[in-house]
Amino acid sequence: MDESAIGEICDKHVGDRGGLISILEDIQAKYGYLPAEALRTLAEKTGHSLVDIYGVATFYKSFSFKRRGEHLISVCLGTACHVRLAPIILEEFERQLGIKAGETTPDKKFSLETVNCLGACALGPIVVVDGHYFSNVNTRRVSSILKKTRAGLDKIEIKGDQRIFPIEVSCSRCNRSLMNPGHLIDGYPSVRVTVSFNQKHGWLALSSLYGSHNVSSEYEIPDDIVVNFFCPHCHAELIGASKCAECGAPMVPMIVRGGGVVQICSRYGCKGHMLDLIGKYKGLCLNCANRETCTFPIPEGGVWQCDEYC
Amino acid sequence: MITLTINGLDLSVEKGTTLLEAARFFGFPIPTLCHMDGLSPYGACRLCVVEIGEGSKAKLVSSCTYPAEEGLKVRTASSRVVKARKMILELLLASCPQSKIIQDLASAHNVGQQRFRQEHEDCILCGLCVRMCKEQMMAKAIGFRGRGEKRSIGTPFDIKSDVCRLCGGCIYVCPACQLRCTYNEPEKAICGACANLSPPCIEKEEFDDMMCSMEPCVACELDKD
Repeated sequence: MDESAIGEICDKHVGDRGGLISILEDIQAKYGYLPAEALRTLAEKTGHSLVDIYGVATFYKSFSFKRRGEHLISVCLGTACHVRLAPIILEEFERQLGIKAGETTPDKKFSLETVNCLGACALGPIVVVDGHYFSNVNTRRVSSILKKTRAGLDKIEIKGDQRIFPIEVSCSRCNRSLMNPGHLIDGYPSVRVTVSFNQKHGWLALSSLYGSHNVSSEYEIPDDIVVNFFCPHCHAELIGASKCAECGAPMVPMIVRGGGVVQICSRYGCKGHMLDLIGKYKGLCLNCANRETCTFPIPEGGVWQCDEYC
Repeated sequence: MITLTINGLDLSVEKGTTLLEAARFFGFPIPTLCHMDGLSPYGACRLCVVEIGEGSKAKLVSSCTYPAEEGLKVRTASSRVVKARKMILELLLASCPQSKIIQDLASAHNVGQQRFRQEHEDCILCGLCVRMCKEQMMAKAIGFRGRGEKRSIGTPFDIKSDVCRLCGGCIYVCPACQLRCTYNEPEKAICGACANLSPPCIEKEEFDDMMCSMEPCVACELDKD
């Protein structure tokens, strides 16, 4: 047990009485569980009594004293999921993993847990794997969920993922297209802009897939610096009035073909972005294959949960 | 001074007095389980409920945590209060039927039987021992753990706490297992708490007579002879 690591986590939340839960969360994020020794060190460093810390840690279900597996599978057994046969899905997970709920596989790959409600009952039965939500799960999908988890959920499947779709953008000043068909990223024409930082000036190619953060550039750009974006045609600086919701750096607006504005954060490495489409289709309809033939009434704000519609 | 009415009697009490203290001072008995002088009020057992307010606004509050208010009308033994108290006693009796204190209270309130499924818990989660440990013994060795039906009282990780001095204060105040400790014969104990805690006399040399609540203690008497 690394005492200095616990000390560092405590220092981050120093002087904050309500910081105990944040500290416990950080410890759990670091070790995957709450080691008894860490709680003792924490009691010494923060001056809370061990009893109080233990009381808080046992009160919340998200804290665990047992070492968890690499992937955490939570099956919702709330009322709505329960009536849609979530217990059978849990049994299927238990059968395929060979463990009971609350246990970890011997190879430390999977931990299986039940939760009582995730607050998204319309999507039930719900299974959450490492923060990724799977909705309307049935027993047939259990093996594919496990397969996906083994392959790594953070790898983005471009074709299958509805949240990722290509957009075509143009300069917000001169309205000339920024697309560069000669340079493909993710298999689609990239978005070409000129950037300057630290007295360097060169091109930057962004993926045109909304949701993908792949880029390539002439010079290597260090993380966390704010970069100035320019249009390669009219050389005007692409800078907007709004600030990134995640880091506060200025946003870079670009016009989306078909109507709308996409804004990306000018801080290199920050994934803040915003898409505002003023086109005919909004929400999930934008990317739906049936959007032209859909017979359901489409609300003004677009459809964001389309199971009933398609 | 604050003037209020308890059972139709106009009284005045110091600011900051709780309804329980005021009522007891003027001679109105209110039964309690989780209240003890010297420990902070907690409001866990709800036995001390009284009715305040009038007409449709009348409500039941726990008198041990409710501070006296100007012009408050309090009834300590209205039919609604008595009914609520009987129900609470029945529930307590169902969870801890062996407790002498709860049995006595129930019989004093004419609760002759209880209609609920009999549990055989050895704890009513009144928190007396937790407050005793923290506020009087300055140890903070035991506390509440978990929540809901899994809530329990004990030491962190269920192992003997480093800060526990084996003073026995927790057993002394416990309304569920109090006075059932069999001192130097823990195997004869009904509740088994002594077997888990090991009474101070077993390590007498180490702890001497430091804040020992076990009095009179058979072990000590035998030691003297």
